[in-house]
Amino acid sequence: MSIQQALPLTGVTPGRTGNYRSDHLLVAEMVQRGSKVLDVGCGDGELLQLLESRGIDGRGIELSREGVNRCVAKGLAVVQGDADTDLVNYPDDAFDYVILSQTLQATRQPRVVLENLLRIGHRAIVSFPNFGFWRMRLQLLVGGHMPRTENLPATWYDTPNIHFCTIKDFVQLCEQINVKMERAVALDLYGRPLRLNLPWWFWNMFGEQGVFLLSRAEKGK
Amino acid sequence: MTNVQSIASSSVHTEERAHEADHPSSLVAAFGADQPLRLDCGIDLAPFQIAYQTYGKLNAGRSNAIMICHALTLDQHVANVHPLTGKPGWWEIMVGPGRPLDTDKYFIICSNVIGGCMGSSGPASTNPATGKVWGLDFPVVTIPDMVRAQAMLLDRLGIDTLLCVVGGSMGGMQVLQWTAAYPKRVFSALPTACSTRHSAQNIAFHELGRQAVMADPDWHGGRYVDQGTHPHRGLAVARMAGHITYLSDAALHRKFGRRMQDRDLPTFSFDADFQVESYLRYQGSSFVERFDANSYLYLTRAMDYFDIAADHDGVLAKAFSGIQTRFCVVSFTSDWLFPTSESRALVHALNASSARVSFAEIETDRGHDAFLLDVPEFFDISRAFLESAGKARGLENGGAAS
Repeated sequence: MSIQQALPLTGVTPGRTGNYRSDHLLVAEMVQRGSKVLDVGCGDGELLQLLESRGIDGRGIELSREGVNRCVAKGLAVVQGDADTDLVNYPDDAFDYVILSQTLQATRQPRVVLENLLRIGHRAIVSFPNFGFWRMRLQLLVGGHMPRTENLPATWYDTPNIHFCTIKDFVQLCEQINVKMERAVALDLYGRPLRLNLPWWFWNMFGEQGVFLLSRAEKGK
Repeated sequence: MTNVQSIASSSVHTEERAHEADHPSSLVAAFGADQPLRLDCGIDLAPFQIAYQTYGKLNAGRSNAIMICHALTLDQHVANVHPLTGKPGWWEIMVGPGRPLDTDKYFIICSNVIGGCMGSSGPASTNPATGKVWGLDFPVVTIPDMVRAQAMLLDRLGIDTLLCVVGGSMGGMQVLQWTAAYPKRVFSALPTACSTRHSAQNIAFHELGRQAVMADPDWHGGRYVDQGTHPHRGLAVARMAGHITYLSDAALHRKFGRRMQDRDLPTFSFDADFQVESYLRYQGSSFVERFDANSYLYLTRAMDYFDIAADHDGVLAKAFSGIQTRFCVVSFTSDWLFPTSESRALVHALNASSARVSFAEIETDRGHDAFLLDVPEFFDISRAFLESAGKARGLENGGAAS
């Protein structure tokens, strides 16, 4: 396979704003210039390119060989690796930010991965599809089958996404493992942020995906 | 049992080969008694010489130099006709105008390693103290020794920092040694199909090759030049064994299968019935035309001794701590001599040192030798990595060779 061919994304087809995915633009906005970033599950390097164009030192890990080789052929610093098994090899505090974009739901141990993100990086940025989105609920309630959407078109038997969660679930996990949520944004189906002053249940119902900026909670809290 | 040919007839190139060892058909940097090469074995080698080739032009800022480190049985003739075999350079597919190592943009240097037999000082060279060929009197050299010599060559050329050091196999070992020993002189590094240490299995194969050479009666304890012989049969067997390790089961099967050589039925003899046998015999006999047997012993030994972690308290990451060099590590799926797991261990160590590292494993059934062959994905990756390194170093597109 030529590495110049387009790499299919696994089960996620997000909205776009200009040249970039809207969730990527939001993530990039959360990262301070001049910082050092690890993008876990970096796909074909689109987010890394966006970050590098903004003067950020970006590195990546990607599971698929085709994805890695496409990234390297773009001049990006990307290594082949698995979020579940390879994050342990990174030292503590190696990065300012570790990004997990649309990948958490495809890991075997999301909690361990999340803990590793905040061990390696001072901050973590996690985005994931919200399984509490009203169209998901409707399909299960009315249709009686596992939900499939434009952004998550895979069937239950061939999806790489094995650990779906809702925004509410994710918030609960963060509280449980003592992670501080510095910023939380829900994006609608078109990748537009929902208004800030809406209640959590509304986000959980109308957010198509959640994007969280996390940091380690101070000890004792 | 008639018609059974042993491998390799006598070497027709003995005199040319001997001449090339002292008077190479390439550039030479000679170092006098006042500039000895400090060897790991404790000996100061002086005088000595390094044979090298260059391609392209060094830019005014001296910032576009790339060092290619060659593998075990290769040499400095990267992109020109080989003086002994008359064949094209061994990496013309990679090096030249418009190629990934673009000679219109970069100044490419490749030197014959110390211990080699194509013009750099080695066991096939004449010992200036005796006027006779060194043979086994030449000190045992290591990969760090080779790199130390290359650094002296770089000083001689007036180049402080290399844009990149590139190499596969033993060349990749030299690349890694460059980054460990001279991190500030290496802006980026492209180690391919290699490892930070030679495995037990690889040492075993090398020992097999050395024993084949030394078991040949024509070896004469390494003093074959005095006897007017060359252990071509032993060296050919060593090459045949080595060559198998450079390929893969799938590649051999695809290329030869069980097909017969110019016959339909077995001859019920030990002649080369199978194409794969005929191919290996050819590889063995053509190799001895251009390579010195003692040099093969020395270079395989240098690879065996290589272990970067051992020089850093057994912790590989220590070898690279704080390193600013940009790395691109490449391995090939069917390479069982330097499997991907070895590259992965290197990448983990580099990550632990927070180095900027890319790592690509390329899918191919062509085995270890894939880095020398037409593998477009490898070219794309090498080209992009060098371009991005050049950009980071401030090389202007197209104007580098001004």
